[in-house]
Amino acid sequence: MRIDVMKTYKLFINGSFPRSESGRVYELKDAKGKFLANPCFGSRKDLRESVVAARAAHHGWSSATAFNRGQILYRVAEIMQGRSEQFIAEIVAQEGATPASAKAQVQSAIDTWVWYAGWCDKIDSISGSTNPVSGPFYNFSIPESLGVVAIFADGKPSLLNLVAAVAPVIATGNTAILIANEKNPLCAITLAECLATSDVPAGVINILTGKADQFVSWAGSHMDIDGIDATGLSNKEVIELKELGSENLKRIYSFNEALSTKRMTNFMEIKTIWHTVGI
Amino acid sequence: MNSTLLPNYSEASLRNFLKTLPPVDQVGASARVEMLATRSIKTSSKNWAIDLAIRMVDLTTLEGADTPGKVKALCAKAVYPDPTDLTVPSVGAICVYNDMVKIARDALDSGGGKHIPVAAVTTAFPSGRASMEVKIQDTKDAIANGAGEIDMVIDRGAFLAGNLGLVFDEIKTIKEVCGSDVHLKVILETGELVTLDNVRKASYLAMLAGADFIKTSTGKVAPAATAPVVYVMLEAVRDFYKMTGTRIGVKPAGGIRNTKDAIKQLVLVNEIAGPEWLDPSLFRIGASALLNDLLIQRMKMRDGYYASPNYVTLD
Repeated sequence: MRIDVMKTYKLFINGSFPRSESGRVYELKDAKGKFLANPCFGSRKDLRESVVAARAAHHGWSSATAFNRGQILYRVAEIMQGRSEQFIAEIVAQEGATPASAKAQVQSAIDTWVWYAGWCDKIDSISGSTNPVSGPFYNFSIPESLGVVAIFADGKPSLLNLVAAVAPVIATGNTAILIANEKNPLCAITLAECLATSDVPAGVINILTGKADQFVSWAGSHMDIDGIDATGLSNKEVIELKELGSENLKRIYSFNEALSTKRMTNFMEIKTIWHTVGI
Repeated sequence: MNSTLLPNYSEASLRNFLKTLPPVDQVGASARVEMLATRSIKTSSKNWAIDLAIRMVDLTTLEGADTPGKVKALCAKAVYPDPTDLTVPSVGAICVYNDMVKIARDALDSGGGKHIPVAAVTTAFPSGRASMEVKIQDTKDAIANGAGEIDMVIDRGAFLAGNLGLVFDEIKTIKEVCGSDVHLKVILETGELVTLDNVRKASYLAMLAGADFIKTSTGKVAPAATAPVVYVMLEAVRDFYKMTGTRIGVKPAGGIRNTKDAIKQLVLVNEIAGPEWLDPSLFRIGASALLNDLLIQRMKMRDGYYASPNYVTLD
């Protein structure tokens, strides 16, 4: 008889898979109470390392051409397609979903990558503008990426929620720290394995697992995080996040739809340029 | 120059002395610095170490693209590294190219930084490939313009060719130009000396010839201030003190970019040379990006949450 080789679920920081600095893990059980895995209990220092990695990756990622970013997002979809079976098994185990609905979820998650991949080189044209002004000036408004965005992923459907949150954030040139849903972290770690093999530069997406309510205060007070997608948090947690985030005017938003340009434009900064005419 | 170690200035006596130095155990040196790098530093010590490290920084700009404006901005930063928090100490010195010395001196004097010396890199920095006349003139120029410290490079080509007397004489001559008021730092450029044995030999050579400081690197060659190199140099100054009673300073430069690295250096200083060396008069860190990270970590210690590089200057 052979003993299965079980996967150690680790974090994903700066393109590598470290264990948590805390050295701790928590026990994850499936819908029926059976042991599933021991995901890492991410610590404050893990978040700090992720922010450092995300900040370092931001310049390169945001100055890559939009077309190139689109190709890379599409590449993630390609790699996820090949991993479908593993995602389906994990969704069935951790969400208690039927195989058919799990399959449908994986497919729409992959399609979500493709949808946002298409937006990469179009969003600037849609959200930027030339403005009529009453003076001898050309006046342009150009959207730029915001910087480092932390994402609190929502629960079920776990994979779709992850992709719908992270794809639009990085599509526009931001770098991301994805904090997996505490009860549904398996897909997040498997997604990390897809990202690691799909040309997404190290540090552009960092994935942490652990207790979301702890990450709220750490992320909210971190001065080097520019925006937060708080979709996966309760109202009480969002209030705490907004109080802490006011220190450096973090942009904090929650979203309902998976496919929405708001998810991109809310994490962009508009730069307006005045240029004299006739000189 | 200490007469108890060398009977005379001849190359033969120098060679005989350097032969008495034991070889460096390379594996042992790496293992020891690795072990010391794992020391954990508690909060109150960390606060102290950050402020000490700031006082030890030789804030450096050595680019072909240096402008007077950039040098002036750097001088302002040297005096008040964080203008929003006046409890932050000034840095140890400003380090610039020869032609920027006067600009830096004037900017410091008019900006409340009379206490901060200007260090000039001379003797055909960074390669050291020029005639002795040029090197002497280079140094004289810097001193005439107000340099309080001279960072000279040794002729690595001569050292590697075994021309130890030439290297020794050059350092001795430049020290004579400096006199007793101007501090002389001798850059060994350890990245080009290849072995730790050579680092040890060059360290003693510089100290015997009259260096006030021995400095690892120009910052133009990689690897620069690696921990084993600093370890060997700290041992050299410690042993030299035991032999002669004179304390020589050490300046690692290049590659020390964050607070963690700087604190690791301070641990090395304390453990190898001794706590007497934990002072800007005997230990300096040549750096540019390091200061911002020290300021960011200082903010974090003060405010209790992680700070952002958006709140320090772009240099």
